[in-house]
Amino acid sequence: MIDQIKNVFDIAARSLSAQQVRLNTIASNIANAHTKVGDPEKVYRPLRPIFEAVMNDKQGQDGIATVAVAEVIALNKAPTKIYEPANPAADKDGFVYESPVDQEEELVEMLDASRAYQNNLEVLSTMRSLMVRTIEIGK
Amino acid sequence: MQVFKNALALYSDSLGIREQRSKLIAGNIANASTPEFKARDISFKDAIDRATEEQTPVLKTHNQHFDINDDYVEIGYRQPVQAAEDGNTVEMSVEQVQFSENVTRYQISLALLNKKISGLMTAIKGE
Repeated sequence: MIDQIKNVFDIAARSLSAQQVRLNTIASNIANAHTKVGDPEKVYRPLRPIFEAVMNDKQGQDGIATVAVAEVIALNKAPTKIYEPANPAADKDGFVYESPVDQEEELVEMLDASRAYQNNLEVLSTMRSLMVRTIEIGK
Repeated sequence: MQVFKNALALYSDSLGIREQRSKLIAGNIANASTPEFKARDISFKDAIDRATEEQTPVLKTHNQHFDINDDYVEIGYRQPVQAAEDGNTVEMSVEQVQFSENVTRYQISLALLNKKISGLMTAIKGE
């Protein structure tokens, strides 16, 4: 198990890294949107991180939670079968299999991930400036 | 020292609760895209009431008795305006508003505490 959540910076930092993993998988998916192979088993499948809440204590009593990537799964979508006999990767019947990446879906995911990243960054910088003002107390 | 404690207790309690609340809201924002996550929050009023009320110490008659923590504040679940289909109840607009309200009120408490301290300093120096 991951160690205790120390402070608000820890909460935001772990969330930033989870969103970073999400952005990486999206980049990988978009990059492979048009990858074609001759074997339907070997086709690239879009990756998705699965997020899970990490509670500070087991029962969630103090309510403090951050997020972690539980696992990255490959979506089980059927590849697109295309007739392309000129492609050197084509199978004996002249078919290639394109990775089942839905680019629109990936772009929406990307927007969501980038907004979430920005929100966490905002939390981080706001808390930092509050802390700076707090240590200047009584001056 | 009791006089300083009395003068500053309310503001320092208030800062502590505001900080706890900002942790909760940061957690909600962090979990904006976690399926089945339920947003949490505390009521500032309940927390400050609990922090400022007179506490009666509980007698410990055995050295293995636990300390009773009377500062415990109940942490509730946020009622969503419209829950997401994946069971997540974090609504970014709500969380952003609550976060900025909490930050502003933290700054107010901080400013008041600063005023109080400089007031006490003036009284001590007698200038």
